[in-house]
Amino acid sequence: MGSAPVSDPVDPIDPIYVSDTVTTAIKILVVGHFAVGKTTFVGTLSEIRPLRTEETMTQAGEFVDDLTGIPDKTTTTVAMDFGRLTLNESLVLYLFGAPGQKRFTQLWQDMLNGALGALVLTDTRRLDQSFDIMGLLEEHGMPYAVAVNQFDGAPMFPEAEIREALDLLPETPLVTCDAREATSGAGALISLIEYLQTRTPQEQG
Amino acid sequence: MTPPRPRHDRGLVRPYVVTEGRAHPTRNTLDLVALVTAVPDRPLNGLSPEKRRAIELCRPGALSVAEMAGHLALPMSVTKVLLSDLVDSGHVHVRPPVPKAQLADARLLQEVLDGLRSRF
Repeated sequence: MGSAPVSDPVDPIDPIYVSDTVTTAIKILVVGHFAVGKTTFVGTLSEIRPLRTEETMTQAGEFVDDLTGIPDKTTTTVAMDFGRLTLNESLVLYLFGAPGQKRFTQLWQDMLNGALGALVLTDTRRLDQSFDIMGLLEEHGMPYAVAVNQFDGAPMFPEAEIREALDLLPETPLVTCDAREATSGAGALISLIEYLQTRTPQEQG
Repeated sequence: MTPPRPRHDRGLVRPYVVTEGRAHPTRNTLDLVALVTAVPDRPLNGLSPEKRRAIELCRPGALSVAEMAGHLALPMSVTKVLLSDLVDSGHVHVRPPVPKAQLADARLLQEVLDGLRSRF
């Protein structure tokens, strides 16, 4: 007889959930200009389907007005993509991908707060578009590494030239990666963490 | 007469209706990666549909505040208001992500590095 059991056995915990052995969650920002590959980068490394939230920014005091249909409406939408990576049984890493904002927002404050560091993705065809975001990170004392996302057909430059164009400090890591490749993306994150280690006083004993 | 077209837009309810008109959470300590779980066996009477959805979502296991916002398809700011209320009413429990003092901890960085190297 093909009668199905009345109740299924208890499902294993849905993989969307964080394992219950996890005690620590940390975050790293993946930032950069429009269309530089942030969403791809986050999606390639994430163990969950990457998620997105959108925040509508309005001018202070106007948030109760219905601005629909007003030609010069004062709202802008900021989207943030994020993904998760379980590093060991007690530690998860969240990657937050967000564009640079001219206006500093609560969302940025929330992302920066407690972040280990940032990976600035850049594209050799538009290096100048990374200045705003690097300035913002520096203003908030957020350490960062720079990763050139190697687009097919984009010009390749010697590292020294890119460093000079971006006006990088000698200690700021500069790596090349392919946001579509997990190993390559992870390599860029590893460079960032190694850099953070050089800034941390080593523990005694 | 044609009946009005059903409206499927999930953004139909305005964010400030969901938050009962408030723009700010009752607590400002909710980190985006704080882990949220539902407190078992709390009555749901009188809670808004969005609050019920939030509780149902984190009943089977823990999710970060950011993941809650993503799954609920609500802006982060709105999600934080909802979750703060649910913490206040005892419906959800929020675990801070990492003690502040530990953030620049050499051991934590080493753990991250080891984790990345072993996974990729």
